Amino acid sequence: MKLDQHAPRLAVPVSARDHAQGPADAAVTLVEYGDYECPYCGKAYPVVKAIQQRMGDSLRFVFRNFPINTVHEHAGVAAQAAEAAAAQGKFWEMHDLLYENQDGLAEVDLHQYALKIGLEIYRFDADLSSEIFARRVREDFRGGLRSGVNGTPTFFINAVRYNGEKELDPLLAAVQGAAEEKKE
Amino acid sequence: MTSTQENDILAAGTRAPDFDLPAGPDQRVSLRSLRGRPVILAFYPADFSPVCGDQMALYNESLEEFAEYDAHIVGVSVDGPWCHLAYAKDRKLKFPLASDFEPKGEVSRAYGVYDEKWGTSKRALFVIDAEGIIRWSYLSPIDENPGAHGILGALDEMKEHAA
Repeated sequence: MKLDQHAPRLAVPVSARDHAQGPADAAVTLVEYGDYECPYCGKAYPVVKAIQQRMGDSLRFVFRNFPINTVHEHAGVAAQAAEAAAAQGKFWEMHDLLYENQDGLAEVDLHQYALKIGLEIYRFDADLSSEIFARRVREDFRGGLRSGVNGTPTFFINAVRYNGEKELDPLLAAVQGAAEEKKE
Repeated sequence: MTSTQENDILAAGTRAPDFDLPAGPDQRVSLRSLRGRPVILAFYPADFSPVCGDQMALYNESLEEFAEYDAHIVGVSVDGPWCHLAYAKDRKLKFPLASDFEPKGEVSRAYGVYDEKWGTSKRALFVIDAEGIIRWSYLSPIDENPGAHGILGALDEMKEHAA
C-alpha cells in the first residue's frame, strides 16, 4: 500500500470554510489542529502569535478543531463556542479568549466570553446547544485523523505535517524555510 | 538492535495468528470471536503514556470512524488486566485492551512486534480483514504516535476491494 507514514499531508485542503488569518496568497500556510483544553496547545498559542508577527503578510494561519474529549471534558464545547462565535464573525476573538483562559472552559465561562466580545447572546446560547456546530467540529476532527494528526497541537506547513518541536525557534525556522522554498 | 527473521513484523497477506487474552479482570478477547468483521490491532509499549499525544485516547475518539467500516479495535500491551482496567477508566476508553501478560509477550512475538530489550510490545498496527488475513501492518517508531490515517487508509482500500 502506498501510504507515506513519514510525512503525512493535509487530507482536507484549506478552503473558504476555514478560519484563517493572513492573505490567501501568502507564501506559507500554517494549519494548526488544536484542542482548547490541551495544555500543549496553550503553550503553542503565544508561539503562533509570535510567528504571525514575524512573518506578517507572508503567512496565513488556519485553525481547525481537534478536541480529545476523552481526556478533556470541556474541549468539545469550547470548540463549539468558537464556531458559534464564528457564525457571528468573531471566531478569532473567541479563539484568543479560550486559549488565554484555559482553566475556565465551563459553559458559564463560555457565556461570559460571548458577552465580553459582544455576541448576540441568545443566538450564541442556542448555537452552542445546536447540533450544527458539534457536527462542524467533528468534521474538522475527521479531516485531522485522515491527515495524520496524532495529538495536539499538530501543525502542517504548506500541507506537510511538521514533526519538530513546537517551540518558537524550530517552528519559526520551519515556516521561514517553507517561505524561502516558495521563493526559489 | 538485531533484526532476525522471526523478529520481523507480520506483513500484509499473512494469516493473523489467533489469540485469546484477558481484557480486564473478568473478560477475554479472542481474534476468533471477532471474525466476520475487520479488526484493528494496536500494539503499544505501556499503559499511561503522556496524555495529549496518547494513542489509545486518540483511537477512543476515533471509534465512530472505525465503526463506519464495522471495524473493531483491540489494544494490546504486556500490562496486566488490573493495570489495563485502571488505564481504561482513567482515559474513559470504550474498546478492549488485551493483556499479553502470561506467557508474557507471546502474542506480540507471534506478530513479530515484541521488544526483547525492553520486555514490552513494540508500537505497531495491524488491520485484519473479516477472513482473518492481515491486510496492512505498520511498525511505528516507539516514541511516535502513528495516528489513525494509516488504519483508515487500509480500511478504505479493503472497502474498495470488496466493492
